[in-house]
This record gives sequence, structure tokens and C-alpha cells, in this order.
Amino acid sequence: MDKTEKILIVDDEKIVRESLFHWFEEEGYEVDTAEDGEIALKKYEENKFDLLLVDMKMPGMSGIELLNKIKAIDKDSVIILITAFASVPTAIAALKSGAYDYVTKPVDPDELAHLVKNALEQRALKIENIHLKESIDEIVRPDNLIGESNQMKKIYDLVQNVAPTDTTVMIRGESGTGKELVAKAIHINSKRKYFPIIPVNCGALAETILESELFGHEKGAFTGAQFRRKGKFELADGGTIFLDEVGSISIKMQIELLRVIETKQFNRVGGNELIKSDFRVIVATNEPLEELVKAGKFREDLYYRLNVFSIVIPPLRERREDVPLLVNFFINKFSTLMNKPVKSVSKEAMDFLINYDWHGNVRELENAIERAMVVGKKESIQVEDLPFHLSSNNLYIDDGNKSLTAMEKKHINKILNENNWNISRSALVLEIDRVTLYNKINKYGLNKNDN
Amino acid sequence: MDIFLAPIRFSNAQLLRNLLAELSKRFADPFKTLELQIELQKYFSKERGQYFSTQIIAEAMKLTDNLNGKIILLSEVDIFVPVLTFVFGEAQLGGKHSIVSVCRLHEEFYTGESNDKLLLERTVKEVLHELGHNFGLRHCLNWDCVMHSSPGIEEVDIKGSDYCSDCGGKVEGYKYLHS
Repeated sequence: MDKTEKILIVDDEKIVRESLFHWFEEEGYEVDTAEDGEIALKKYEENKFDLLLVDMKMPGMSGIELLNKIKAIDKDSVIILITAFASVPTAIAALKSGAYDYVTKPVDPDELAHLVKNALEQRALKIENIHLKESIDEIVRPDNLIGESNQMKKIYDLVQNVAPTDTTVMIRGESGTGKELVAKAIHINSKRKYFPIIPVNCGALAETILESELFGHEKGAFTGAQFRRKGKFELADGGTIFLDEVGSISIKMQIELLRVIETKQFNRVGGNELIKSDFRVIVATNEPLEELVKAGKFREDLYYRLNVFSIVIPPLRERREDVPLLVNFFINKFSTLMNKPVKSVSKEAMDFLINYDWHGNVRELENAIERAMVVGKKESIQVEDLPFHLSSNNLYIDDGNKSLTAMEKKHINKILNENNWNISRSALVLEIDRVTLYNKINKYGLNKNDN
Repeated sequence: MDIFLAPIRFSNAQLLRNLLAELSKRFADPFKTLELQIELQKYFSKERGQYFSTQIIAEAMKLTDNLNGKIILLSEVDIFVPVLTFVFGEAQLGGKHSIVSVCRLHEEFYTGESNDKLLLERTVKEVLHELGHNFGLRHCLNWDCVMHSSPGIEEVDIKGSDYCSDCGGKVEGYKYLHS
């Protein structure tokens, strides 16, 4: 989307010219101003503008007269008229003269931004017959979508295939696997990338709030609704809506959702105006939707509508080769955020991280690294910096030795470390006396400094 | 470079404290506060019930002519520029001064329910946004970037709360690149 389009503002009031000049300049447009019709015409002949904002009432040449002269030079020119008073005759006169539209002062910034954007887009389509490049040679990944394992490469292939289409995508995977990042990868590789991706966590919101979040509300729709508010479907116009935890929405909302996905039309809560929105749908779930359908908790028709193209993200424990990449990524991230000179992780700690089962997946790994960097004192993360005592689903490094003796050695070592080698406390936890514990330490050659 | 927050008719001390802490995290040097005596009433439009932000900035320019750095005025009053019904903020593109109003960043303005966390998030975004303009940045097409345009509150909420790497690289002292 090229933002070097040129805009000419024509208004006899200096203050209006200046305000609009700055506003459009910040938007990234090339802007010029003219204080009357004569100057505007001269500037237009010298330098063709993509869009003109013209005050209707000016001394000398009126806005409509200027419009007619410019249309005579270029019938495809885009002109938006500005008027102080909205009236039917004014509107008819403006539109009959070939104005793209007209606005009444003062104009809502949101309205003006959309009007100008749409006008320029329409002009661009007319002139250039834009061909959006739908095939991509290489997938663009969000910075934090990490992984070079075969499983992740397959996911990148799927993203690359489905992104340029408008197909609805269902992303499945355990909690913390990065479903939103995959949704984002699909969005930024699609032709919708210049419009937003709007995430909605359906599981986090009560039914009534979800309805207002998705569809928006009109002023006065409920107590405290002082102003109209656009909903997520409206905001996703041109872009993508990402519905996370879609399996948790109520049956009533499922009916609403199905209707909106099929028609791309809806009403705001408390409103009668039919809103149209062009959005793509990506959903995510970690629930077995098929079972919910069988149990009557999820509508079958909605399930089929959503499950057009499915992407399953493997849990981290099934792609352990990605752990070092992720660890390094998080170390870099947190060292910047925390201003700490931590640059690496010890070999032993890395082995630990690779072999851990990560039931909380990438999110748990990220939290573990963050915690380790908070408590760590060295330039590299050590095993004792890791928070495994909080969630020890995999107590020891799997070195292949499953004998009872080996397990006992590892277990005693772990309890000693957890208790900072306090013998009395460790013996209490192990439910043996202190002498027995000393004997075991000697027997297995355990040493405080080994870890 | 020194960056100053200048509260003008701003009574929410907790928001100011949290804002300074959040913004300072993102920059090499902490943000400072600056006391400016600006009589806002002079810039009040009876017709609109709002304050004219361009004129407020013009007065701040006169008062801080000798000060180096960037100055962000922070106010609770509703501000406007002619032609537009309101603005969240205004900045001198590539200049020294900007203004941010938190009036329409309050959630109760829209739903009647107060949300301090959201107010802080929105204010951080708008301050970074106007400051970005002071560093010469124009609106960014990346929705993850705080420099994306936000003509309405919904867009303020959607856009990211940090600069993208392209924009952040042009803001002096900024160290908190989006990741």
C-alpha cells in the first residue's frame, strides 16, 4: 500500500488548512494547500493530485465551481467536499457534480480516515488495475514463531499454501504451542496483511460481553454505553478475525457466529443498521470439537463451516530439536528487557531443558527462562536457576539408565539441591534419618558443587 | 536525549507514576516530569466544549524555547483541532512538542466501566505515538507498531504497544524493540 499519494486541501480558513495539513502529513501523505479556487486550479495543473478536499463555500470561486473545472481536466479526479452544514440540497449538488463524497465540519477522524482511504483505494484500482501478488516465494514469519524441526517446516508449508486463499482455517494444538502466532503467520502472508488481524479470546468472555465485543454496540444499548463502539467483526473489515478457544462459546453465540460467517453481515447490539464486513476467519481450539459435536455441545454445521483447513501444532516435547533455538530467542529477549548480561545457558541446563516434557509448551519454556534470568547470578543460566520444582513432570535428565539405583541417586541429588544441601531438611523430605542420608551421599559420590 | 512529560490540569497521580515507569523501561534514559504553567482556559472553545490543542502546543513552545529534548504535554481535558471532532493527541512532526489527552482513553467514556490497566496501556501507546511523530515518524502500516494510525479508540486497542523495528530505530534512546 503506497502512501505517497498526493492530497490538495482547498479552504479559505488558514486554521482549517493547517489542521488538515498536519493530520494528513502524519498519515504519510504528500500534502499541499490552497487558499482559494484559483490557486488550487493552478497547483492542480502543475502537479496532479490524487485527492482534493475542497471547502464548498469560499470567496470567489465556490467549491462546486472548482470541482467542475477540475473534472474538466481529469474526469477521474477524486474530490471530497467539505461543508459547514449538512443539508439534502447540498449533498445532492455535491454528488451530482461528481464529488466522491462530502463531509460536514467538524468531521469524526475515523470517518475522514476511512473516507479518504476508500476513495484513494478506488482510484488506485481504477488506474492501475492492481494485481495483488498472491503467490509468495518465501513465507514471512512473525519474529517469535521459532522452530526449524520437520514438524514446524510442515506447518510453514501449510501456512504458505493456505495464506493466499480466503479459506477458513482451524488451528489445533495444546495450550502454549503458539496457535495465535500461526494465525498471525497466515494473516501476514495473505493479501489481507495491510488490514488488522483481530484476536478474540472467546473463552475469556461471558456470553453477553462476547456478543458486544464481536458485534459492537450502539450508544445507549446498555447502561454506561455512552458512545457507539465498533465490534471485532467490524474492525476486522479487510483483515482477519482470530477466534481463540472457539470450543468454549455458548450454543446461542454459535448460532450468531454461524450466521455472521455465512452472511458477513450483522447488527451492533441495540442497533438496526446492517453492518457489512469482509473478514477472513481463523479459529483455534485445544478441545476435541468432534466430541463436543457428538455430545451436542457444539453445532455440527458450525464445526464443518470452521474446519475447512486444519493445522495441528505439535507439542514442544515432540519437537525437542527446537528447544535450543527457542531458549536462545528468549534469552536474547529477556536480556534486553531486563538489562541483564545473560547470554547463554550451561550445557547441563540445556540438556535439562531439551529433555523436559513441557506440558505447558513454548509458553512454559518462556516462563522458565524468564524466571531463570530473574534469579540467575551468572552470565549463563544454570540448572538451579530453572523452576522445575514448581512443575516437575519430568524429574530427571533421561540418560537412559532406568535402574532403581540410578533413580535413587538422581532423586536424592534432586532433593538435596531443592533444599540447598541442608541435610536435616532433605532427610525429612526423604523420610530417612540423617545418618542414612550421609551414607547414601557417600555411596553415590554426590557433591554439592556437581550441579 | 531528555524526554519530559508535562502534566497540565492532570490530577491522576497514580496514572502519571505508572506512565513514567512504563515509558522509562523502554528508553535508555528515564522520562522526567516538567512543570509548565499553561492557562488552558484561554484555549477553550465554548462552542465545542473542548480545548484547541494546536494553540496549547504553541504556548508550550514559547515557555520551553531554551529547553533541549522532547516535551509531551499530558492533560485530562478533551482536545480538538478544527475540522475534526476530537483528537487523542497532536504532535509537531519532527519537532519538540506534542500533547496527549487521556479524556477519551478512559474506558468509562465508552462503556461506563472504569479500567485503570487499560487506561495505562492506551496512554502509553498514545504518548509513544505522538513522541514518534516528534522524531519524524509518520503513520506505519504495521498493526503491531504503535505508530499505526488510530482515528478511534478501537484502533488504539488493536495496534501494538511498541514501535516496530523500522520505526523504533528512528527514535533516539529507544531500546525496547518489539519481539
